[in-house]
Amino acid sequence: MSDIEDRTRKIVVEHLGVEQDKVTENASFIDDLGADSLDTVELVMAFEEEFGIEIPDDAAETIQSFGDAVKFIKEAV
Amino acid sequence: MFDLEGKAALVTGASGGIGAAIAQGLHSRGARVGLSGTRVEPLEALAGELGERAHVLPCNLSDSADVAALPKVAAEAMGAVDILVNNAGITRDNLFMRMSDEEWASVLQVNLTSAMILSKGVMRGMMKARWGRIVNITSVVGATGNPGQANYAASKAGLVGMSKSLAYEVASRGITVNCVAPGFITTAMTDKLTDDQKSAILTQVPMGRMGEADEIASAVVYLSSAEAGYITGATLHVNGGMAML
Repeated sequence: MSDIEDRTRKIVVEHLGVEQDKVTENASFIDDLGADSLDTVELVMAFEEEFGIEIPDDAAETIQSFGDAVKFIKEAV
Repeated sequence: MFDLEGKAALVTGASGGIGAAIAQGLHSRGARVGLSGTRVEPLEALAGELGERAHVLPCNLSDSADVAALPKVAAEAMGAVDILVNNAGITRDNLFMRMSDEEWASVLQVNLTSAMILSKGVMRGMMKARWGRIVNITSVVGATGNPGQANYAASKAGLVGMSKSLAYEVASRGITVNCVAPGFITTAMTDKLTDDQKSAILTQVPMGRMGEADEIASAVVYLSSAEAGYITGATLHVNGGMAML
């Protein structure tokens, strides 16, 4: 497991208050992890801060699952 | 009650009568205030009067780049923006049949679009803080309409719709979005009216007098306070009974 994956998972666990093992690659923030649409906005904000990157709105919309987020962040950092 | 110590408030249109009174009101409750407006001189004078905790933040709301930069400039000057008061407004009155596209667009830009851009710009900080207050200054004519003011009334009614939608979206984050709708208030804008015009208007006001800028400021202070935390998506009408909505 990569460092980026760990840090990303930690943010998701803390923000959404879900069990760590629920945050799998295919886990959808909204469908599987109980996020509402505003939570997804806040997650993107938290990712931006944690990794010092900028995630534009149109890219943010494509980040639906934990796997999407990790993939995007790995490419951006 | 209504203690705003430790809060930072950005007020647009602070060079005008109502905006200056709002800034004074928030400041008197302990808030740091960011005074925004196009004309620097009255802003400097107001800041001098207020003393500490006042920052002059010039911004031309007709200029999109200026507007987009303002939330960041304000947050840097004050450390945060906990309270945003979208007070700035312009009029370009004309009969609807004679109203130019430019008259329409400029009023919508300053009164409505800039409020949207500023609200969006301060939202990230408010969401993180799990606390925020946005107060949009509308107008009685946004609810009643007024001949010669189709553009102005549309912009003010638009603010109400925007406020309610945003209020829904961010309520769970401790952020409230409300409107204050002044009636006829003594300002430079209404000073231009003739005495005949004024007395004609006053026949429509049960209170029999014009309102004062301070009376708008009090409503803004209330909606900005912790005590108003359960009020969101509301419009507080301050109009002497002119329209009981």
